[in-house]
Amino acid sequence: MSGTFVGMPSFPTAARGALADETLRGNLRYATHTIRDKRAKAVAELDDWALLREAGKQIKDHTLRNLDRYLLQLEEAVTAAGGVVHWAADADEANRIVADLVKATGESEVVKVKSMATQEIGLNEALAAEGISAYETDLAELIVQLGDDRPSHILVPAIHRNRGEIRTIFASEMGKWGRAAPDGLSDAPGELAEAARLHLREKFLRAKVGISGANFMVAETGTLAVFESEGNGRMCLTLPETLISVVGIEKVVPTWRDLEVFLQTLPRSSTAERMNPYTTMWTGTTDGDGPSAFHLVLLDNGRTATLADETGRQALRCIRCSACLNVCPVYERAGGHAYGSVYPGPIGAILSPQLRGTGSEIDASLPYASSLCGACYEVCPVAIDIPEVLVHLRDRVAHQGGRGHFLERAAIKAAGWVFEHPGVLAAGERAATATRKLHPSRVPGAGAWTNSRDLPPMPPESFRDWWRRNRSQGAAPAGGRKDDGS
Amino acid sequence: MRVALFVTCVNDAVYPATGIATVRLLERLGVEVDFPEAQTCCGQPQYNTGYRRETVPLARRTARVFDGYDHVVTPSGSCAAMVRDHYPAMGDSAAAAFAPRMYELTEFLVDVLGVTDVGAYFPHSVTYHPSCHGLRLLGLGDRPRKLLNAVKGIELRELPGAQECCGFGGTFAVKNADVSTAMGRDKARNAVSTGAEVLCGGDNSCLMHIGGVLSRESQPVRPLHIAEILASTEEEPWS
Repeated sequence: MSGTFVGMPSFPTAARGALADETLRGNLRYATHTIRDKRAKAVAELDDWALLREAGKQIKDHTLRNLDRYLLQLEEAVTAAGGVVHWAADADEANRIVADLVKATGESEVVKVKSMATQEIGLNEALAAEGISAYETDLAELIVQLGDDRPSHILVPAIHRNRGEIRTIFASEMGKWGRAAPDGLSDAPGELAEAARLHLREKFLRAKVGISGANFMVAETGTLAVFESEGNGRMCLTLPETLISVVGIEKVVPTWRDLEVFLQTLPRSSTAERMNPYTTMWTGTTDGDGPSAFHLVLLDNGRTATLADETGRQALRCIRCSACLNVCPVYERAGGHAYGSVYPGPIGAILSPQLRGTGSEIDASLPYASSLCGACYEVCPVAIDIPEVLVHLRDRVAHQGGRGHFLERAAIKAAGWVFEHPGVLAAGERAATATRKLHPSRVPGAGAWTNSRDLPPMPPESFRDWWRRNRSQGAAPAGGRKDDGS
Repeated sequence: MRVALFVTCVNDAVYPATGIATVRLLERLGVEVDFPEAQTCCGQPQYNTGYRRETVPLARRTARVFDGYDHVVTPSGSCAAMVRDHYPAMGDSAAAAFAPRMYELTEFLVDVLGVTDVGAYFPHSVTYHPSCHGLRLLGLGDRPRKLLNAVKGIELRELPGAQECCGFGGTFAVKNADVSTAMGRDKARNAVSTGAEVLCGGDNSCLMHIGGVLSRESQPVRPLHIAEILASTEEEPWS
């Protein structure tokens, strides 16, 4: 089940397919605009939103600056509360740790809480290779998994699917993995949710191992927190005997008091709710209550390298709310799959090339997948200046070599020389205006522009020539004008 | 008051009428306008494409060209934002010191001159697109709208989805031409839906993109820089 993003083409190529898919564009437009408007209302209810945003940013920055200390404090607290902490430098190590832990229980099935970290490392595929079936229990993740599909949104991974498509997937696929969908299933949301509920309930009651991520980890007590809407997370976190949580190292916050900020900003930014329906918090293990074994796998996987970059490190503030996806005009049209990562949209465009490096075609193209319109920065609840990081990463890509960028660098250098010499610039402008009647609206070699857009007509003269004729010293007598009204 | 005009390279070469309108408008309001002829480009295209270090000499040069002026006025939100937002972080003291002296045109009119009624006359229906850099980086807010509202004869029409990017984005327009065009078509469609004769904006590069789509699709809406509307009077109307 569920595909991977390995070997993705560059963003412009991948986006082309989405742009041609009218159904997909309709689904995305409707969904993103709905969530976008709801979020704006939910945020506008709070008078102190700007202060909460600033507080969230400062808490994250403080924690990241002292990450080593807080992680060790967290490890100590989790261990004291009966949990076991594992450290994973990369995806392979994390997957191996989890697979070994599951195998040690003797189980071949696990239920999963929606988790970005486990998707980032391809845990389901790694477990499948070891003969372990991992069942997603979040409704949208279930749709993606049953459809052998990839997520296209952080919070709403099946945002690219409409009700009719979901009905088809449920009707044909559920029976292959457990309880089949009821006969005569319609595309009414209530019926679809009920089919998922019945299908999943069997898995919750049978599972001995649960796997989760976490939205936050509190260093002072070793407490983990999962924010969710459906209750499936609560099931997975409380029913199994063994709970394994795979969490990125940047998810730690120092104290419970810090959580107070994110308890307000995360739900309003993500689902546009004042409070999310289920917030589950647990500290190690408790006799007779919940899992009797708890393992925390702390995941680096490129985060330490990202932390070393003074401009790029702000991406680690991200609390995965998806507000930036929902306002992004590029995401709305290109869809999530074009970003070639479980992290799509503006945050994905700055996170993936940092976590994975800029070596692959897709990762080198992601920093350019933005018009720098700034809508993402405006809504980010932890004030990540995404346009700033995009430009910073473009600088990295442009100077790392490659033929395309060799030619671009040469062009930039030539333009720089012209702009150092206004006389040359003026001569060029005169040449362009003199030949203006000859300029076609479609220029060979300029297809990237002229395939879809006409070029503006060139004016009869440049501004600087007009100025010279009409305003520069000696050109115009005092009080007189020689404007030609061009 | 004496100011320097930073016309921008795009306006200089392709949209001189915007520069001329800016000069006439400011002079009409009693401002003495200089045009230091050594000016070229602020470096925004290079900077935003990932050539930060290559942009530093241009930033230093631009700061030097405008040395001695307390107010430099430009009819471009994105070029003003480039100077104000990015020059301070380039590690060049001259560029950083220059940054706060750069004003976008509508900002200069409302904040520095303290006028919203500039005595303009423009008997046409107009819809206004607030370009992203003016809207979100400079925070121009309702300044352009206040100025347009005071124009005699104008009929302002609300642009649906006004705050959404038009899809130009500098080199984004060619590096991601398909997505850029899809965004441009939606913006053009929204402009057409208002039935306005004129699509007004404060950045000619955005208008060049939207206008290119409108022209290719043979739509009658005419893109026009806000300076040209504000410069238009009953005695010397825009044509």
